[in-house]
Amino acid sequence: MQYNEELIEMYRVMQTIRLVELRIEEEYKYDEIKTPIHLSIGQEAIAAGVCLHLEKDDYIIGTHRSHAQYIAKGGDLKKMIAELYLRKTGCSFGRGGSMHLIDMEAGVLGSTAIVGGNIPLGTGVALAAKLQKKAAVTAVFFGDGAVDEGTFHESLNFSLLKKLPVVYICENNSYAINSHELNRHSSKNIYKWAEGYGIPSCQIDGNDVLQISDYAKKAVLSARSGEGPAFIECITYRWKGHIGTVNDVGEGLRPQSEYDYWISKCPIKWYRDYLKGIGLLDEKTEKAIDDEIKQAIKEAFDFAQGSPKPSPDELLDFVYSD
Amino acid sequence: MPWTTIEVEKQDKFFIEDDSDKSRVISYKDALYEALDQSMARDSRVFIMGEGVDDAAGVFGTTKGLHEKYGHDRVFDTPIAENSLTGIAAGAAMTGLRPILIHSRMDFLIISLDQLVNHACKWSYMFGGKVQVPLVIRTISARGWGSGAQHSQCVQGMMMNVQGLKIAAPATPYDAKGLLISSIIDNNPVLFVEHRWLYKTMGNVPDIIYSIPFGKGAVRRKGTDITIVAVSYMVIEALKAAEKLILQNISAEVIDLRTIKPIDEDIILESLAKTGKLLIADTGSKTGGVASEISAIVAEKGVHLLKKPVVRVCCPDTPTPASDILEKAYYQDSETITGKVIDLMK
Repeated sequence: MQYNEELIEMYRVMQTIRLVELRIEEEYKYDEIKTPIHLSIGQEAIAAGVCLHLEKDDYIIGTHRSHAQYIAKGGDLKKMIAELYLRKTGCSFGRGGSMHLIDMEAGVLGSTAIVGGNIPLGTGVALAAKLQKKAAVTAVFFGDGAVDEGTFHESLNFSLLKKLPVVYICENNSYAINSHELNRHSSKNIYKWAEGYGIPSCQIDGNDVLQISDYAKKAVLSARSGEGPAFIECITYRWKGHIGTVNDVGEGLRPQSEYDYWISKCPIKWYRDYLKGIGLLDEKTEKAIDDEIKQAIKEAFDFAQGSPKPSPDELLDFVYSD
Repeated sequence: MPWTTIEVEKQDKFFIEDDSDKSRVISYKDALYEALDQSMARDSRVFIMGEGVDDAAGVFGTTKGLHEKYGHDRVFDTPIAENSLTGIAAGAAMTGLRPILIHSRMDFLIISLDQLVNHACKWSYMFGGKVQVPLVIRTISARGWGSGAQHSQCVQGMMMNVQGLKIAAPATPYDAKGLLISSIIDNNPVLFVEHRWLYKTMGNVPDIIYSIPFGKGAVRRKGTDITIVAVSYMVIEALKAAEKLILQNISAEVIDLRTIKPIDEDIILESLAKTGKLLIADTGSKTGGVASEISAIVAEKGVHLLKKPVVRVCCPDTPTPASDILEKAYYQDSETITGKVIDLMK
């Protein structure tokens, strides 16, 4: 892909994530999406910047907040929305819900609702790639809460020991539900922990998709060429509360000034202005992109809302694989 | 000297009779080794990981030398990080490999329950069957020599509560080999429960590769007066008890469940229809354990067959003591079983 096309592609992905989640937010009040949702509004740049550099055969594995990664990796939007509606046509046949999204054809290996739980799994996927001598890279996405877990530390040690083709992406939005990072860590330097294990690590602006893309490109390339794991800490902010569609600002949880600052740093607004500034995006192209996205969203929601629900006699399916 | 060796050396080489090929007799330990060796030779996706799997002892001899034969990519030592290792093995299983993770003490399994219970065993269901997790977790329990509360547990009972998991608990060399092969070729997470005191048990084992279906128990000894359902090492104690009971003119039928998830319910109920009396012997604790589940099955489906209350012979609900005197009081054996059966027959 040409560089200019990549720049537009990242915009398209970010805008898709934003518009999909805004539509989810709009629909949530009707109580037809009967599953806990965790929105990534404000964090879109990370998934877009990282997944741009992943191939179809590369895997990602995420968390409870994984809509963005699923979309950025090319997961099927209809099946994702149908899963949110817990329909039989959902990507997990209605067994998973919003926190358990999968698209094996797109390399989305699933997501976990246990904080830190996906870090060893993704590390194991990278181990399998290495043992099978495949060139595939695994990207593991998690938040700043996940690094509190032992799995983070155990997995990083193992991945370097075995020089595994894995890139760890920490989406640091400062909050684990409502616990601020500084109530959990003595400083805001998670990347130094990774560095302590000997893994090439960095801390970057998680709202700057260009920076994310640059660092992710290098990390993916080095993992793919057998140089071992890399760690990228992306400093960002989620606009919504931890769960659902609530705005928790001003309720004693998050200060208004902090929220206002991050709204002013909206990753999409900044990037749109940037693309316009360098002449890659004009009103017409912007509208064309939006129209295309809105059409895909409409189709996905129509598909989901019109899909059948699982029937009770399917309850025991999939407990075991044949 | 490793504690388990001393105790195991004291065990007699109990011989298990069965219907299998009579041409060759090997030990339970060698049967496990052979299952691993043949599985690795047959399928390049199979690999072994765990603490010390490639050291000189080779997990009590069961993996000894396999790293030389198959290379360090396929048989490798690991950090002491049971939980993440389980996740790493599960992740590798999800994308095409067939890992075998070994805990040389079953107690260490408990550290890994997040990755086993929350992840490996849920992935198939949570994602509508789109991912398989063909993962084998070998665990080894033992008893004796003051091993105490954290080096001798048999927690298979608590694991029966985990959805998406299968549990094998072979008692004979034939089953050790066949069920380990079955576990490796199965597309689900399998907990493979071994007991160190079975390692010297001898039996007929074919030299070919073969598997045994899950959920099929075996009658190890036919009898008419009482059904003894036993699990893992307690099969040996049950067979010894049955021999002693002949002197009391009591004919005991001994059933070896072989796998406890799924459980062969039919074999229990069929025997019970004949004997009307049931004693269940497990290596684990009593409350909420294997014996509790079997009792519940019988209460649901075979209470009309019972002429006497069910008797459970398990470890008491206390951590394992280290004192040899207290250990003797803690562990159940053929004497306990014999005594309970005689009481029941009165």
